[in-house]
Amino acid sequence: MAAKNIMIVGVGGQGTLLTSRILGGLATAGGYDVKLSEVHGMAQRGGSVVTFVRYGEEVAEPIVEEGHADVLIAFERLEALRYAHFLKKDGALIVNDWRIDPISVVIGAAEYPEGIIETLKKDHKVYTVNATEESKKLGNPKVFNLIVLGIAAQHMDFSKEEWYDVIERTVPPKTVEINKKAFDVGYSK
Amino acid sequence: MSDKKRVIMLGNEAIARGAYEAGVKVSAAYPGTPSTEISEYLVQYKDGLYCEWSPNEKVATEVAVGASLAGTRAMACMKHVGFNVAADPAYSVSYMGVNGGLVIVVADDPGLYSSQNEQDTRMVARAAQLPVLEPSDSSEAKEFMKQAFELSEKFDRPFVFRTTTRLAHSQGIVELEAREEIEDKPYEKDIRRTVMMPANAKQRHVEIEKRNLELAEAANTLPINRVEMKDTKIGVITSGIPYQYVKEALPSASVLKLGMVNPLPKKLIAEFASKVEKLYIIEELDPVIEEQVRSWGIEAAGKELFTVQGEYSANMIRKAILGEALDIAAPAQVPGRPPILCPGCPHRSVYYVVKKLNLHVAGDIGCYTLGAVAPLSVVDTTMCMGSSISTLHGMEKAKGKEYIKNWVAAIGDSTFLHTGVNSLMNMAYNKSTGTVLILDNSTTGMTGHQDHAATGKTLQGEPAYAIDIPALCRAVGVRNVIEVNAFDLERLEAVIKEETARDEVSVIITKTPCVLLSKGKKPLYAAHEDKCKKCGMCMRPGCPAMTKRADGTIRIDDTMCTGCGLCKDLCKFGAIDLVKAGDR
Repeated sequence: MAAKNIMIVGVGGQGTLLTSRILGGLATAGGYDVKLSEVHGMAQRGGSVVTFVRYGEEVAEPIVEEGHADVLIAFERLEALRYAHFLKKDGALIVNDWRIDPISVVIGAAEYPEGIIETLKKDHKVYTVNATEESKKLGNPKVFNLIVLGIAAQHMDFSKEEWYDVIERTVPPKTVEINKKAFDVGYSK
Repeated sequence: MSDKKRVIMLGNEAIARGAYEAGVKVSAAYPGTPSTEISEYLVQYKDGLYCEWSPNEKVATEVAVGASLAGTRAMACMKHVGFNVAADPAYSVSYMGVNGGLVIVVADDPGLYSSQNEQDTRMVARAAQLPVLEPSDSSEAKEFMKQAFELSEKFDRPFVFRTTTRLAHSQGIVELEAREEIEDKPYEKDIRRTVMMPANAKQRHVEIEKRNLELAEAANTLPINRVEMKDTKIGVITSGIPYQYVKEALPSASVLKLGMVNPLPKKLIAEFASKVEKLYIIEELDPVIEEQVRSWGIEAAGKELFTVQGEYSANMIRKAILGEALDIAAPAQVPGRPPILCPGCPHRSVYYVVKKLNLHVAGDIGCYTLGAVAPLSVVDTTMCMGSSISTLHGMEKAKGKEYIKNWVAAIGDSTFLHTGVNSLMNMAYNKSTGTVLILDNSTTGMTGHQDHAATGKTLQGEPAYAIDIPALCRAVGVRNVIEVNAFDLERLEAVIKEETARDEVSVIITKTPCVLLSKGKKPLYAAHEDKCKKCGMCMRPGCPAMTKRADGTIRIDDTMCTGCGLCKDLCKFGAIDLVKAGDR
């Protein structure tokens, strides 16, 4: 199989690292060759963060090139718009319908774009969820990533059991149950 | 498939694993993106190896040299600019050679994800006449580390192990092998090679030139340099991460993949060049391979097609070499999202006061560099580790003590211990009157919370002596040392005013731990719409948890607020309230 190209984008501190590690663990357990690329350091301090995950028979480069992403997972609306051009023509775009203002917007030097979801829908297959609100209902706003991942899972090559396995192996033991529950919320959408 | 255990590993984790399997006994490092995690992974291997956070890269390198001379395999790890700090021992140990294998891991940062410059370690290593290995993925990172130690011992050369951010922070599949138990070599006193005074160094220079020639000859047949002969229309010489981009973009091209990028295998390169119709050299940053290959009269295309800045990609190669028009949509024009100080960061509070007092800041390397951008915009200079204090001193010597009353230096605790303390000695000794803020958040913040000599914990997490920073400042001759809580706005303002006016050197230590270190339940503040007068006072420090509603009143994002209370202290109308008490 040709390498599958997944991207996770968001704002530093939203948990893109944990999410990419779940995906990496999943693809490794599935017997694939896997490469993924993360952002550490300064870019984690509230900046725009992008993580690439690629798996297949043989994977050379660890990044996803513009125009090559099969699935783009965005933890925030503006970040979805920023990276949408990385998607293939028929790629799936999963967006957490949530807004975090960049500092330029906070101080009034720029405006947060209106109608992002509508704009994205013109050119892409878009799946939206307000995972931040839904995760608050589950009692832990930090597990919103797993809700988004549950939706993305429907566009990837792994069984629900494989997802459960990797969640159990990756997240802190105390949070396994709530993370699985969050994954189910997304997976059933 | 082999029966070896197959795991996915970060490049830095694979480097640590390679060092472990190679039987390394001693490792020393100072944190620096993108090299930090090597030590954090290495410390998890408990059997038979020692590793530490040293106060800076020079110290770390000297520790590794000592361990190597004593007869064990040793390494030091750092980022590219850290290698400048380590340059002094690096250039001289190059003359001395090794006893146990010695490897200096240096991580470059093409694209400047978290650095102040884009220097190419291969250039520095060439200047120091040090051989360099460079892996292309996690699997090679582990394998090449083992080879680096072997080659180091075989050729009596310290080796530089060069990585880049993309390698260090990418994960790939690695097969685990057992640790090789290397017997310690005996130490035999031989001052001709360990005392670098002129007569000895002169001889050693001759000797290492000879060793490097031997190594260059051996490089022609080392398996680490590999020819992948395919279609001969296009031939590419490459190494490191760009090799992966070449494989994606030019799957049918012939490739000479270099694992050792200094010294270069001249015969192998000449032979490869003679077999291909058109030769390209694809390397990120400086034309290190290209200039040497061209100097041998071999025709090759390189930097006329590719940039010396930033990272490469397969798309970039497709466009430059194949002339492919790429059908890619233009990126949307959206507001940028640069990194910022976290909600609840104590630096924000300090900088707010500094801005209010209209002071200039000679800045330094760390999270607090982010005070340079709007809305705080207080930092005037950022250059290198420890430079804030000496920069301020230089300004005073140029313009006089009255001029400097309008300035402070700002430096973090870890950076102060790294090299800042030397500059403070200089201020006290050479009669400066400036004011230094030590933004002490009890950790090395930007790199992800590493301990240092004043945190009271070692890399292993064991209790250790914690340097008393105020006492250290007094010991070097600073009489005015004041400690203030970073969130005590009133006192902070009074102290800064008083100390900048004083005709003596002062140190103000704003001691408040990094907000990300606090594990307790966080308090939460909320803004009342009805009481908010839309004055914008609370927005001035630029906290990312604060946003404006459509009507201009303030909203606090409850997923981001950490309860520092800075906004509440700034609101004159009582519009911001504590709605949930926390543990602090």
